[in-house]
Amino acid sequence: MTTEPLLRVEGLDTYYGESHILRGVDLAVPSGQMVCLIGRNGVGKTTLLRTVMGLLQPRSGLVCLDGEPLGRRPPHERAHAGIGYVPQGREIIPWLTVRENLMLGLEALPGGLVRNRRIDPLVFELFPVLETFLNRRGGDLSGGQQQQLAIARALLGKPKLLLLDEPTEGIQPSIVLDIERAVRRSIETTGISVLLVEQHLHFVRQADWYYAMQRGGIVAAGPTSQLSQSVVNRFLSV
Amino acid sequence: MTLLFESLFNGVAIGSVLLMAALGLAVVFGLMGVINLAHGELIMLGAYTTYVVQNIFKLEALKPCFGAYIFVAVLVAFMVSAIAGLVLERSVIRRLYGRPLATLLATWGVSLILQQFVRTTPMAYASGLWMTLLLGLLMPVLLPQRIRARFRALHLRVAGWALALAGGIGTAAWLSGISRLSRASARNVDVTAPKWMRGGIELGSLNVPVPRLFIICLTVVAVIAIYWFLNRSVWGIRIRAVTQNREISDCLGIPTQTVDALTFGIGSGLAGVAGVAVSLLGSVGPNVGGDYIVGSFMVVVLGGVGKLVGTVVASFGIGLLTDVIGAGRLLEVWPSMPPTCAAVVEFFATTSMAKVLIFALIVAFLQLRPAGLFPRKGRMVEA
Repeated sequence: MTTEPLLRVEGLDTYYGESHILRGVDLAVPSGQMVCLIGRNGVGKTTLLRTVMGLLQPRSGLVCLDGEPLGRRPPHERAHAGIGYVPQGREIIPWLTVRENLMLGLEALPGGLVRNRRIDPLVFELFPVLETFLNRRGGDLSGGQQQQLAIARALLGKPKLLLLDEPTEGIQPSIVLDIERAVRRSIETTGISVLLVEQHLHFVRQADWYYAMQRGGIVAAGPTSQLSQSVVNRFLSV
Repeated sequence: MTLLFESLFNGVAIGSVLLMAALGLAVVFGLMGVINLAHGELIMLGAYTTYVVQNIFKLEALKPCFGAYIFVAVLVAFMVSAIAGLVLERSVIRRLYGRPLATLLATWGVSLILQQFVRTTPMAYASGLWMTLLLGLLMPVLLPQRIRARFRALHLRVAGWALALAGGIGTAAWLSGISRLSRASARNVDVTAPKWMRGGIELGSLNVPVPRLFIICLTVVAVIAIYWFLNRSVWGIRIRAVTQNREISDCLGIPTQTVDALTFGIGSGLAGVAGVAVSLLGSVGPNVGGDYIVGSFMVVVLGGVGKLVGTVVASFGIGLLTDVIGAGRLLEVWPSMPPTCAAVVEFFATTSMAKVLIFALIVAFLQLRPAGLFPRKGRMVEA
């Protein structure tokens, strides 16, 4: 790749207290592509996403968005810079209604909520169930519905890069298909890039590129079309 | 019938003072979870502000509109306490988030500092200090982007604060001309209500004191305003989002530190408005905050932390109960009750004993329902 990728991570080292979690991670997400991060539990996939989002500060290394180093900028500035984040466990805001939760997604747009109050109807096309529950409290939705809400909320901010942390974990198969379709469609229509952490092989196969992690480092990478059965057996816990 | 009305009105009057005092705490403690023991002193600042504004309105130039001073005082008191709260949040509380014990001790210290501050500082100088802070904080916000872009940020900041300082000194010098504000005094001061507020209105057979009525109206307006702000405004959504899930709110693009400062400022400002109400009820001294802080916490905890409705219901409930017990209403309703019962009712029919009984009742109630009157329900109670 000669052109600058949308997200470039170089030599990233992150610690939780004294325990060394990420060890010199290098990774790139090219514009308009979906990159999947695979690996067994506890190898540092979530830590990597949290470091990219700015929730954790790396001890050393570089995170660049569009060629610009993000340094120690806080998460809300990264959101405005164009990173959308769907954390593991969904993390919708429980006492706010679905509508209010969706509106918070608009906060990342230029001008924030003050200038943008309209929820793009596209999200209801992707996730029709959200429209029927607009006035219900977010915390009262089922797990699958919360996941759809979290993804819809992240998409409303029109990010350049979407970080998805195990979006299909513990969710019924029909909704998993909805989520896969929604993610694929946003890539096709808006050209966003996706960095996905996933255990579902079906979803992994839809990515353009994969990185496999082990003990805090990248140990294998390649186009997903060449993802062999042995790699799958080694790095996916299915 | 008259008895019922009288009791109801007294209860609402007592309750609205409680509610006014607790409203700010419902935001600061209820929503943010910050234990602010200096809340009472923020009320005290509001009360002193009323006194200062009243004295300014006694000047020749403003004398004709003296009757309106109370409305100006409400606005100014809100801003005085809000700025005090903002400074408190930025300097002390921000460093102690997630450490309730440390916050409790630190804010207690701040409350002592504030008490001593009003004892030893002439009000004219205090007003000057406040004016400096107001101008210094507002200048960068108010200046149009066009002008801001032309200068270096540092220069602009220095110039802004220099100007603010000049404004502050000017204010202090001007107010020093008023003899009552130019000397420090630890003695209590009295706020005189404007003429239209003295006396009472005849409502049926009931004589309703106007200051009480004013406080009730003020409380209603404040509750509606804060309810609207939290539920309908953009900043309200941000505040609720941050208080419920700080991390994800940050990831969505909400500047959490600004939200914290704003939330704390609004809660403190409401304490200032409560100060205006308090100043109408009695004389104002450095210790006036202490009379209200316990009651405020009690109301918020009884209502259910984080629920505005709970705070409203709890304060009116306590207000009514105070009147029923404190005025010995039971004896009036049922004069022929057995002598032993009558003796008990009479024993509690004083203000302080009523308070004792009510606090005992609240403690008993919280044993049964620790989450208060309106606990949060639903799937995500533990979240």
